[in-house]
Amino acid sequence: MTTALEIASAVRDPELPVLTLADLGVLRDVSEEDGRVVVTITPTYSGCPAIDEMGADLRRSLLAAGFAEVEVRLSLSPAWTTDWISAEGRSKLAAAGIAPPSRIGPSVAGPVPLNLVPPSRQVACPQCGSPNTSEISRFGSTACKALRRCNACSEPFEHVKEI
Amino acid sequence: MSFDNAYESLLGHEDSHWAFGTGFSEALSGVNREFPAGVDRDDIATYCLMLGDDALIFSQRLSEWCSRAPELEEDIALANIALDLLGQARMLLTRAGEVLGKSEDDLAYLRDEREFRNVHLAEIDCGPGPGGDFGTTIARLLVFSSWRLALFSRLRGSADPVLAAVAEKGLKELAYHRDHAAQWTVRLGDGTDESHRRMQAGLERVWPFVDELFATHPVEARLAGVAVDPASLKSEVDGVLEAVFSAAGLSRPADTRAARVAGMAGRDGVHTEAMGYLLAEMQHLHRSLPGAVW
Repeated sequence: MTTALEIASAVRDPELPVLTLADLGVLRDVSEEDGRVVVTITPTYSGCPAIDEMGADLRRSLLAAGFAEVEVRLSLSPAWTTDWISAEGRSKLAAAGIAPPSRIGPSVAGPVPLNLVPPSRQVACPQCGSPNTSEISRFGSTACKALRRCNACSEPFEHVKEI
Repeated sequence: MSFDNAYESLLGHEDSHWAFGTGFSEALSGVNREFPAGVDRDDIATYCLMLGDDALIFSQRLSEWCSRAPELEEDIALANIALDLLGQARMLLTRAGEVLGKSEDDLAYLRDEREFRNVHLAEIDCGPGPGGDFGTTIARLLVFSSWRLALFSRLRGSADPVLAAVAEKGLKELAYHRDHAAQWTVRLGDGTDESHRRMQAGLERVWPFVDELFATHPVEARLAGVAVDPASLKSEVDGVLEAVFSAAGLSRPADTRAARVAGMAGRDGVHTEAMGYLLAEMQHLHRSLPGAVW
């Protein structure tokens, strides 16, 4: 029998469908008792419009698998960061032509440093692998992505920006 | 699995699944919502309205730029910043609504002007319509995000678990917004004579509304340990703005203070003339067609 955790882990992200919710790191907990499943997810961004879609997809998949009752809860803390994207998720992003975020490490207390020029990040082109790429737009088609261009092969590509 | 197949498998055969944005759930469905002991819940609700209304009203203002910005990338940027702030507003209004017995929609769409608690800086009209300018909008975004980032940085330590979690979540979003505004300020301030002139004029336009950001309201004073005293943010924010002005070759405007009514301003529900027009547009659909969703 397939467990609730396996089903919930296989549900895909509505905006980055190459990733499952588990790859993306937004699936925080799945518990099951007497056919009743409680799934806890966390939003990527405060205003992420996909969060309701994720909840609906989880509910639909679990009900279709025969679980009688499904509750989806939202957890805000600890806050999601791109470091929650799994190693497998990063490989899947790169394979789909989307540059994965680099690791940023834990957040620190105190004032957040100001960046008067965009921080220079080595983002490799997901098409040709060249590290010679530049940012076209700090914001992209979804809250979590920026747009870049490869200066070697000239292809534009999306980059899951570090947050 | 290819992209196309992944999207097809997502959409399935359900008619209810036609677009994202349908059936918004409650913003705090499973968050720890205990209230800290020994504090007045009505004060917490009011404080959540203050921070929530700042985000909601400024989000509305930023959304007005979508399709009107100087370049396509900036349409997307301002709309994305607006979306982050709207998300913060939803969580804060939901929290306030738990005390007040109202939904986030009730609070956003069915309150009258005097019940909104946002600072004037969030509501003033900086364009894209007549009298406004992109430089003014960037000036407002720079000041607003520098201030709110400093505030959220401290709010992470709030005794209220929801405020602490909203702050932790929003902190990096605000840092990204501030960097965006700071980089534009440098680009415009250190650009052509025309861009420099308009960026400086933008700062002059928003500066009278800066004083209110650091004025401690009685509700904030009563909520020690839960709320952040905005007066404590001033030196940090001043330092950040000074660094940006210096890199951009801009002058810090002379300190002036916008007029108040009997000592009251946005935090007391006393607003500028622009607020009524903003609310009319924001609330019109919901009030004309109660319960409308999309």
